[in-house]
Amino acid sequence: MKWKKIKEHIIYSLLRLTGLFIVCALAVLLFYIISGGMGKMSWDFLSSFPKDGMMSGGIFPMIIGTLSLMTLTMLIALPIGTLSAIYLVEYAKPGRFTDAIRLAVHNLAGVPSIVYGLLGLGLFVVFLGLGLSLISAALTLAIMVLPIIIASSQEALRAVPQNIREGALALGSTKWETTRYHVLPYALPGMMTGSILALSRAAGETAPIIMTGAAFYITHLPSSIFDEFMALPYSIYTLATQSSNVEATRPTIFGAILVLLLIVLCMNLVAIIARNYYRKKYRW
Amino acid sequence: MSEDIEIETKNLNLWYGDKQALKNINMKIPEEKVTAVIGPSGCGKSTLIRCFNRMNDIIDCCRVKGTILIDGKDIYNKKMDVVELRKNVGMVFQKPNPFPKSIYENIAYAPRIHGLKNKKKLNKAVEKCLKQAFIWDEVKDRLGDSAKSLSGGQQQRLCIARALAVEPEILLMDEPCSALDPIATAKIEELIRYLSKEYTVVIVTHNMQQAARVSDYTAYMYIGELIEFGKTKQIFENPYEESTENYITGRFG
Repeated sequence: MKWKKIKEHIIYSLLRLTGLFIVCALAVLLFYIISGGMGKMSWDFLSSFPKDGMMSGGIFPMIIGTLSLMTLTMLIALPIGTLSAIYLVEYAKPGRFTDAIRLAVHNLAGVPSIVYGLLGLGLFVVFLGLGLSLISAALTLAIMVLPIIIASSQEALRAVPQNIREGALALGSTKWETTRYHVLPYALPGMMTGSILALSRAAGETAPIIMTGAAFYITHLPSSIFDEFMALPYSIYTLATQSSNVEATRPTIFGAILVLLLIVLCMNLVAIIARNYYRKKYRW
Repeated sequence: MSEDIEIETKNLNLWYGDKQALKNINMKIPEEKVTAVIGPSGCGKSTLIRCFNRMNDIIDCCRVKGTILIDGKDIYNKKMDVVELRKNVGMVFQKPNPFPKSIYENIAYAPRIHGLKNKKKLNKAVEKCLKQAFIWDEVKDRLGDSAKSLSGGQQQRLCIARALAVEPEILLMDEPCSALDPIATAKIEELIRYLSKEYTVVIVTHNMQQAARVSDYTAYMYIGELIEFGKTKQIFENPYEESTENYITGRFG
């Protein structure tokens, strides 16, 4: 009897410890980055171009590059991802074609990001002749986040109770009317949340964009989607590994990491707030 | 039977995958009467009435053979427009399933998608349906409130009003009172009696007293077969089949 109690205690402590481990990891990371990057934070740092081979100056073009890359990726991935999820959940009849799509989605989710980079290089940069550009990188990232967007959108659609669909169909709604007026409004917040989380992961991706359009250094902002661009993750990578004077570039690295982290956290925060808001709005 | 026939099934068979759920059903449901379908759980009552508005279409493994005529038209014919069929044959479900929107929107939705855009006419239609479903007095001052704020019985009457808004001829009810308390049930039963003046009502129920109280005709089903169909009075007082009598007197089921 006593041994059972001790065992229970040990298991409990072990489980708690694993939780604590995650909290510590995040705390250390945040402390390290904030203490290293905070000193660099200033309006000047955020709004000016880098100088002296990036040893001083700001990170303005990287911020703009990452934000425009994200916007473009979202514009491509969101419609394709949500529409294919709607197809799979609401319309697809069981069969070979549906199985093939499901299989593709599952397998795409497991492909390493460097492979997506190579795919983007071969397909968009070279074969389609889009060159090293924002659009090539955005298309590559879009393909990369598609499986995640599709999976989370499917989950959100499935969470809408079947009896709502039946109720709408029984009134003589077509399938599209049912989906448009009764399924989508309730599933949309969940779909958005999943998609934003997927995109915030893509914001930090380095491997795919190195091969498809991110540049080490350019003196101007991208003037069109066919231009090369600078991006935060790639600049962090180059500054940390290629710099001739690491001591001098270190504050810039930390500053860039902090800004990237803030962008990602902001996106996640928007997702969480949206979810909580809509959860209260629709209840069944 | 002297009444006009609204729904007629001829040799109706239905399978879910390999399992046969309906076996050779032949019945004639009269117009503007209440017909109750009774029988033990799993006997195919719900499956049967879900054939009348082809709700079974959304189940992938479901196969139907045979004929169902509504107003003389074969509804499983390839030329039949399911949307038109469902406009003519409304349905109320076992669990109240109002849309998570306002009371007004719940009713106005169907007329609107079927082309009624005029705000005044829409308001009138909403009022008329809510009155028909005996719920107008309870909700007239709070049409903008969420339908989810209503009680279960009110929600079910709202769902009935919602079905009436399409102006169907037939109203199918799949155990509409099974989730409700006795008082709410009494209100729905009164409503069903009232609706039978204008509508053909087919109601599936587990509750035999309810069938006896509300229906003009009763169908008794057992494991996918229609055992007996006739006037409710006759079925309850003097059934031809032993199985019907056993079920009604509570010897099983």
